[in-house]
Amino acid sequence: MNSVNDRSRDIGEFVPEPDDDMLICRCEEITKGEIRKAVHDGMWTMTEIRRYLRTGMGLCQGQTCARLVKGIVARELKISPAELEPATSRVPMRPIEMKVFANEAADTKEDW
Amino acid sequence: MKRYDLIIVGAGPAGLSAAIEAAKKGLKVIVFDENEKPGGQLFKQIHKFFGSKEHRAKIRGFVIGKQLLEEADAAGVKVELNATVIGLYQDKEVVVKKGDEIRHFKGDSVIIATGAAENMVTFPGWTLPGVIGAGAAQTMLNLHGILPGKKILMLGSGNVGLVVSFQLMQCGCDVVALVDAAPRVGGYGVHASKISRCGVPFYLSHTIVKAEGTDHVSGVTIAQVDDKFKFIPGTEKHFDVDTICMAVGLSPMSQLLKMAGCKMEDNPKRGGQVPICDEYGRTSLPGVLVAGDVSGIEEASSAMIEGRMAGLVAAEYLGFMEKDELDASLKELDDALMGLRQGMFAPSNRGKKIEKTEEGIDISSNLLKKGFVSDDEIERFPGVTHRVGVHPVMECTQNIPCNPCQDACKKGCISIGDNITSLPVVVNDAACINCGMCVASCSGQAIFLVDEDTGDGMATVTLPYEFLPLPEPGTKGKGLGRDGKAVCDAVVVSVKTSKAFDKTNLLTMKVPKEYAMKARFFKAEV
Repeated sequence: MNSVNDRSRDIGEFVPEPDDDMLICRCEEITKGEIRKAVHDGMWTMTEIRRYLRTGMGLCQGQTCARLVKGIVARELKISPAELEPATSRVPMRPIEMKVFANEAADTKEDW
Repeated sequence: MKRYDLIIVGAGPAGLSAAIEAAKKGLKVIVFDENEKPGGQLFKQIHKFFGSKEHRAKIRGFVIGKQLLEEADAAGVKVELNATVIGLYQDKEVVVKKGDEIRHFKGDSVIIATGAAENMVTFPGWTLPGVIGAGAAQTMLNLHGILPGKKILMLGSGNVGLVVSFQLMQCGCDVVALVDAAPRVGGYGVHASKISRCGVPFYLSHTIVKAEGTDHVSGVTIAQVDDKFKFIPGTEKHFDVDTICMAVGLSPMSQLLKMAGCKMEDNPKRGGQVPICDEYGRTSLPGVLVAGDVSGIEEASSAMIEGRMAGLVAAEYLGFMEKDELDASLKELDDALMGLRQGMFAPSNRGKKIEKTEEGIDISSNLLKKGFVSDDEIERFPGVTHRVGVHPVMECTQNIPCNPCQDACKKGCISIGDNITSLPVVVNDAACINCGMCVASCSGQAIFLVDEDTGDGMATVTLPYEFLPLPEPGTKGKGLGRDGKAVCDAVVVSVKTSKAFDKTNLLTMKVPKEYAMKARFFKAEV
């Protein structure tokens, strides 16, 4: 079991910091403080953080913030960011409207 | 579901190179790219590339892009633009969005060449309009012809930060400072020198405290950091700027590979989350290959070679070429790639502090801390010599894989030898004819033609000049030192332009002879 999954580890209390109100995930408007608090609420993996806060689930799909969120979570857990597995990658890779996602082109089309 | 022998995701240098090699072997190839124009980052690269002839050295990036597109077209490669790959499933099913439709394709082999995305750093105000990636600035400048701002602070002294700073200045922007939290300049010294001598100050061991402004950036405060990257109180400096550019590294866009089930690793040396692959791009999934930045951050020249390797591996995988033929081709490409991965900036040297050149000469400490080689350091490098009459002065002081200057001089004045990273040496018995080909051929703009004594107490210095408008002969101004500070009066003698120079103009200025080895740039009086 790696240290990330060892939930019995004591990571200490949440201590407020002056830049806690700084936006990290701009698409979903999640602040650094919210991410740090989420770790202390028990969200220790990137997948949990994403489901709990919606970081990286907006328009840019985490292109900008994924690395930043990872750094914040790792610091809070006192581990290296490389030890944190990134959140699952899923289809669709890019934001897409549902009506397009559901619009399968006819297989008979031969243009490309 | 349509089938292709090879589906490539990403029409950048790696993807196109892979497509060309594979198509030449007879594979039916399609390349998808989500952008409206192909070429990846190549069409933003207006500077000349490094390397040797086989790496397309001294050719500007966008020209290489055009060459690749022509080769791809000639080889019968289909390039599908505005086509976003939204999914890669097991068994190499590729799902593509184009327009308002979704289509499915089956590739007997797949090459992922999706490149990388820019990293950001956070500070109070980092979400203000006006804080942008350096790559974004380059896109605005070189693809869309839009200035991102007028007064700019660049964060990051790697090659991206240095190259984009220069291009911003070429577009008429004022780059007020180049800032990096690291204690040493990260990119090529020659790139740093060419912006230093235009007067851009470097602040190493500094980073941004905050961006100021209410609805857009109106200023920025930086401060010095200690060796633990903590701010040192009292060292704050303020600049009025309207734009902050961040060139703080790239992250591989490897999500498609993870989605498909490739074994991945977090490798900081390769830029982050990357597929585990062999040296030719084979991932843990048979027939799924990678090339370019997605498998580890490097640059376009190596991406093109990696692409060619992956294209050939795909061809052999599907039986379009024999194993021994593949091995022979890969061996050749190995050598080409090795050529690029040498010198003090080689991937294996990343993070190491190099103190001496391969020749045993002390690296300029000013170059690493301030962005320019100081007057008392420059004389120790072998490209800097003195003689009567016009002669080349090559201020190339770091071992980087690049050698076009050697071929540029038809008179044999310049020698690098077989080792591509060696510093250029002036050959003493060869006669310089003042043709200027060496000056124009140097991708680092580090070669000058100097006549140290023209007999009238003056000297002439010919320097590479890539700014418009070109000054007229007779224009009076100042000779700027390597640090960008005015050192003497100077008058433009001539400005030469030639097709062979490929838009690098040769400006010759007359300066008092005691400044022959000091004045390295010209600034007109206003």
